[in-house]
Amino acid sequence: MLNYARHILVSFFIEIKKVNKGETMNRITEHPILGKPEKGRLVTFFFDNKPVEGYEGEPIAAALKAEGLMVHRYTQKKHEPRGMFCAIGRCTDCVMVVDGEPNIRTCVTPLKEGMVVQTQDGIRPKVTDEGNKKQ
Amino acid sequence: MKRYDLIVIGAGPSGLSAAIEAAKRGLSVVVFDENEKPGGQLFKQIHKFFGSKAHKAKIRGFNIGEMLLKEADAAGVKVVLNATVTGMYLDKEILVRQENAMVHYKGDSIIIATGAAENTITFDGWTLPGVMGAGAAQTMMNVMGIQPGKKILMLGSGNVGLVVSYQLMQAGCEVVAVVDAAPKVGGYGVHAAKVARCGVPFYLSHTVIRADGNEMVEKVVIAEVDAHFKPIEGTEKAFDVDTICIAVGLSPMSQLLKMSGCEMEDNPKKGGQVPIIDDFGETSIPGVFASGDVSGIEEASSAMIEGKMSGICAAEYLGYCTEAEKESALARLEEDLDNLRQGMFAPKNRGQAIELTDEGIELSKSLLTKGYMEDADMERFPGVTHTKGVHPVIECTQNIPCNPCQDACPQKCIMVGDDITALPIIDEERACIDCGMCVASCSGQAIFLVDEDAGEGQATVTFPYEFLPLPEKGDIGIALNRKGEALCEAKIVKVKTSKAFDHTALVTMAVPQEQAMSARFYRKENN
Amino acid sequence: MEKVITSQGIVDRSKDIGPFVPEADDDRLICRCEEITKGEIRKAVHEGMYTVTEVRRYLRAGMGLCQGQTCGRFVKGIIASELGVSPAELEPATSRSPMRPVEMAVLGHEV
Repeated sequence: MLNYARHILVSFFIEIKKVNKGETMNRITEHPILGKPEKGRLVTFFFDNKPVEGYEGEPIAAALKAEGLMVHRYTQKKHEPRGMFCAIGRCTDCVMVVDGEPNIRTCVTPLKEGMVVQTQDGIRPKVTDEGNKKQ
Repeated sequence: MKRYDLIVIGAGPSGLSAAIEAAKRGLSVVVFDENEKPGGQLFKQIHKFFGSKAHKAKIRGFNIGEMLLKEADAAGVKVVLNATVTGMYLDKEILVRQENAMVHYKGDSIIIATGAAENTITFDGWTLPGVMGAGAAQTMMNVMGIQPGKKILMLGSGNVGLVVSYQLMQAGCEVVAVVDAAPKVGGYGVHAAKVARCGVPFYLSHTVIRADGNEMVEKVVIAEVDAHFKPIEGTEKAFDVDTICIAVGLSPMSQLLKMSGCEMEDNPKKGGQVPIIDDFGETSIPGVFASGDVSGIEEASSAMIEGKMSGICAAEYLGYCTEAEKESALARLEEDLDNLRQGMFAPKNRGQAIELTDEGIELSKSLLTKGYMEDADMERFPGVTHTKGVHPVIECTQNIPCNPCQDACPQKCIMVGDDITALPIIDEERACIDCGMCVASCSGQAIFLVDEDAGEGQATVTFPYEFLPLPEKGDIGIALNRKGEALCEAKIVKVKTSKAFDHTALVTMAVPQEQAMSARFYRKENN
Repeated sequence: MEKVITSQGIVDRSKDIGPFVPEADDDRLICRCEEITKGEIRKAVHEGMYTVTEVRRYLRAGMGLCQGQTCGRFVKGIIASELGVSPAELEPATSRSPMRPVEMAVLGHEV
């Protein structure tokens, strides 16, 4: 039983360091031309069941990229990873399931406190290893 | 159904300019834009624009955007955001998606200024996360405030590719290379020089073969191409990157025009499907105009002038101004537009192999094929002089319409003249007072202040610096040449910032005398 | 190859464009949204789809979420290449409302 619990704990920590993350992406806290960015208030939202912080009103994709996210979804047919491609809401490669709705363009949708954002697989939330499949 | 004298579709530089001209003449104007914020691509442009005062030269793109918005507000223009025009129908009726409703509007005249979208190219692995448009990287950095990646390969050496490469470095990213299948750099030499002096290598006549990675880009492979753009076996080079930016041109977003029945043409010189318009933007449908990139890919400066033209034409079309007024306003604008469409990179010169400047000086081949000028190239250009004491050295060696340097110098040391594409000339009779205004005002960052004999066997070189952290007086580092290679030790003797410089810091370094005409950039010891 | 598109822009379907010959980059993804490869587009042309609109309806290339924003140029170029004409000679995809994807519930809510 103890071995099983240890296994769960270890795989949980491995999950956090999942390949999904690129190297840590940084927010630009001071820019030589643009100075310090003006942001809304810091809020908590959820990404694949994990609490994450982001600024209210910024594009969801920005908050996720600041956390190192590269893969937003997997395609319907070939289950290939996709991320931000055009960043202005045209190409639809950054779409994710937001508050239960699929195909939400995260690069142009403003972040709200408590939002539930999930990696999209086809048109559904991706089934995670913990078996938390949400419809 | 709401009715307006003029409906403008697109609140970018062209659309806003059009709306302002019309509103100033009394029309009721509404501008619809599908984005959350107005300004189109203008707010991502953090570099200083070229041209002349009439074209808002020396001003950063996003500042021009702010000016336009204020003007629009003052003129009473109504700008509706998050409003996607989904269709244009008979009698100039449009259907707009606003929130969860489809709303009908009627315009007595319509100006379509919907701009353009980025092109892309395909290669194995192009769908991997980390492959993105250069404009996408710009949006991430300058609007979202996040770095697109850590190590980037830029594909495309046109102005977009060059400018975004520089901006990536300003955002703290590393640009591992600029790649282009063409044999020559596509954008302005001064843009390339800015990037090259930071040490970024240029690979012309190369293309991306593939991007490798498991869930995201991890590696990119490029190869040299032959005269037919076919990869040459055995020339593959690999780079460890997490991002590949693609800057391969723009295509007009002209579907609305096509849908409404305007006569269209497929014009590769203009970027693709464009409406057939007269000199001032009117399409084949009277009262429907097109301006800006949607009518032909150019740049923001020309887009604004075209927008003004369409706005005035719409006003005259509806009887809000006389034909005479229209003619005289258009004549002035036409001249402004014409002044922009000159020089080496003018639309009329696209595709031509140019070897000499208008003055008959041989262009730097190195600049065109490697992105930086050789020491030996410098002396033949009029901006390069050797006056005693501190004096400007202008490394502007291609004819482009641009003249802020002329107006910047309070001593009138610099002359461009009536033809703003002329290479700047230095009047050696006039005394330089080392104020630095020329260095800061040059949008191409191509002006340096050099004192070839500052005493004790040293020379000083003042150069523009737009990165963080700023060097500090007393720092000892490494002077770089135009290629970005380490040249010699450099000591920072002065760092000057000023509101008048608009975020361009002037850094002065002391180097051994013999490096006065080679040392052009700087980096800290341990970078 | 015989001229498939006449000078008046008429598509002559009686002309033979030759057989489908596999190429090395046939599995290159072209339509990102619908995941359609270059080979599939080329094959479709040989199966009788001589226009952009037909290929779009046959394969759904350009009918996905982005409505051909990204792949439009490529699809046109591939079809043109297969037909032995320049892309400019091909009729582009029909531009039809809605210009951007709109949910049915919204389309039905006219004000």
